[in-house]
Amino acid sequence: MPPVAAARPRLVVAGAWAAFAVLLGLFPVVFTNPTVTTIGVFTLVYMTAAVAWNSFAGYSGYVALGHAVFFGTGAYTMALVSTHWNFAAGYTMFALVPAGGVVAALMAIPFGLIALRTRRHTFVVITIAVFFVVQLLAFNLGFTQGSSGVQVPTPTWGATQYNNSFYYVTLGVLAFALAISAAIRRSRFGLQLLAIRDDEDRARGLGVKVQRVKLLSFMVSAVPVGMVGAIYAFFIGQIFPQFAFDPLFDVTVALMAFFGGLGTLSGPLLGALVLEPIQQYLTLQYSVGSVYLVIYGALFLLVILVMPRGIVPTLAERVAARRERTQAARLVGEDPGVPPVVDVGSPVGASR
Amino acid sequence: MSALLEVRGISKSFGGLQALQDCSLTVEDGSITALIGPNGSGKTTLFNIITGYVTPDSGTVTVAGADVTGARPDQIFARGLGRTFQLTRIFGRLTVLENMLVATQRKEGWLRSVLRPAASELEQRRAYELLDFVGLTRLASARAGTLSYGQRKLLELAYVLVADPAVILLDEPAGGVNPTLINQIRDRITELNGQGKTFLVIEHNMEFVMSLSHQVTCMHQGTPIITGPPEVVQSDHRVLDAYLGGADEEEEDDVAVG
Ligand SMILES: Nc1ncnc2c1ncn2[C@@H]1O[C@H](COP(=O)(O)OP(=O)(O)O)[C@@H](O)[C@H]1O
Ligand SMILES: [Mg+2]
Repeated sequence: MPPVAAARPRLVVAGAWAAFAVLLGLFPVVFTNPTVTTIGVFTLVYMTAAVAWNSFAGYSGYVALGHAVFFGTGAYTMALVSTHWNFAAGYTMFALVPAGGVVAALMAIPFGLIALRTRRHTFVVITIAVFFVVQLLAFNLGFTQGSSGVQVPTPTWGATQYNNSFYYVTLGVLAFALAISAAIRRSRFGLQLLAIRDDEDRARGLGVKVQRVKLLSFMVSAVPVGMVGAIYAFFIGQIFPQFAFDPLFDVTVALMAFFGGLGTLSGPLLGALVLEPIQQYLTLQYSVGSVYLVIYGALFLLVILVMPRGIVPTLAERVAARRERTQAARLVGEDPGVPPVVDVGSPVGASR
Repeated sequence: MSALLEVRGISKSFGGLQALQDCSLTVEDGSITALIGPNGSGKTTLFNIITGYVTPDSGTVTVAGADVTGARPDQIFARGLGRTFQLTRIFGRLTVLENMLVATQRKEGWLRSVLRPAASELEQRRAYELLDFVGLTRLASARAGTLSYGQRKLLELAYVLVADPAVILLDEPAGGVNPTLINQIRDRITELNGQGKTFLVIEHNMEFVMSLSHQVTCMHQGTPIITGPPEVVQSDHRVLDAYLGGADEEEEDDVAVG
């Protein structure tokens, strides 16, 4: 059914994704400086979180600002399980990464049952409120050891081995998050989420079980976030409530998705890829943790003013318009290769 | 003929406003029943109650003998009751084809229905058939938000049909639509009725109602005042009085679901 002309952009998109994967894979080989690879790990962590967040918020239109709950849950899962069960500081600890995802998903059940009864602004406020309740619990519950935090067993690897191990594990989790996000878009589940975004009540009247769909999506989006939370705890070697459950995490992840393009597959990826290194660089450069916030604010304003729907949808639209104006065949080759533009072939492709 | 949809003694008030008062209505299997009455007489509210968007203060709704009072909209839909809205509601950022695929198949397990491709080949074919039926095939890949008002009405009718409901509730299908399109909508309804579909239609356009329906109920201030064949209802003085007595309410809302 798809017209012949669609075949070539799809090939271009596939090629761009492949090239992107190769670049990410080769990054620690080319850049061996531990400072740079540390930034690489953090960037992958945020790319994963933004992609996962978007697979719920971008598709359903529910702007959640409480995914730090899942990040912290994953981090505490890693820290508490590894210390209580005396894990040897080494590769076996990565086995706790999926556990972090599972516990985060379980956490999403009560969270979602509370928050998903509400919509729009109320929903946003409720997610923030739940986040602060959970952070408060982390400060005050006995088993989280309160504000003294938890030490995580730290392997005695060399700097390169250390960073590269974390880099590739996180890259794997990112691929997992992307696969989930892409699968959702192609599924009836994704179509129903997009329908909920456009008109939730109408969707209900067509048989869509909106509460179940939203809750499942919320849970699924919690999994990769919990996983990178676990990686974070292991990578840092110790966690504190205010860093594991960080309100800035929510703002940052949402901003990244908005910046790149809400509801698109590649948008959040791009947003995190641009913003996280800037943040890390500025933090290292000026050793003032909050300089990046100013830059973030300015960037956010710029994007909202110039490209309110984010980079990817705006670019995709311009490319499409240009393609329409000129002859289709000639223009395809001049498309910006990376990052890949919105997936053209998806049956649930239309999203802005 | 037997009653496929039955409304018994429904009352509903919004704050101090009595929108429906002891409202009863029977829709026979295979019929086209029209619901007329001045603006604000409670027609849309009755639809909202039947389809689960609004909970009645009292009274019952039964579909094919089963009590569905207070069920959720998705449960009502699963019972084979589809509806359209007075002000059309489509998924504006999805394509026309994607709109057609949102309605869930009623007989499938939930998780199974959700964790699979957006549309099977069969569903796509069915979607295209129905688009063809309402004359929107060439707009299949257009964003639904770009459709004209009349086209939206047709799309809404078409995507409700996807899951093959037994009863279809139409809220002013001809309202604000040009005459050519009105005829097209009428023909589609007649054709579907010929295939055994039951309709409950809210409509002001008397010519439309007369040419289409087997039975007409006129509402006034939240209560049905007369039910009968179109010719009888049309010439009844109470109907005239209800309309001439002025609208019960000045404004005309579509659902405001919370
Ligand atoms: N959700 C609501 N909240 C408050 N008042 C409502 C609501 N829905 C309908 N009404 C009121 O109930 C009355 C009946 O409205 P409606 O059912 O839309 O009439 P109709 O469809 O016959 O024009 C009107 O006065 C309307 O303003
Ligand atoms: Mg009405």
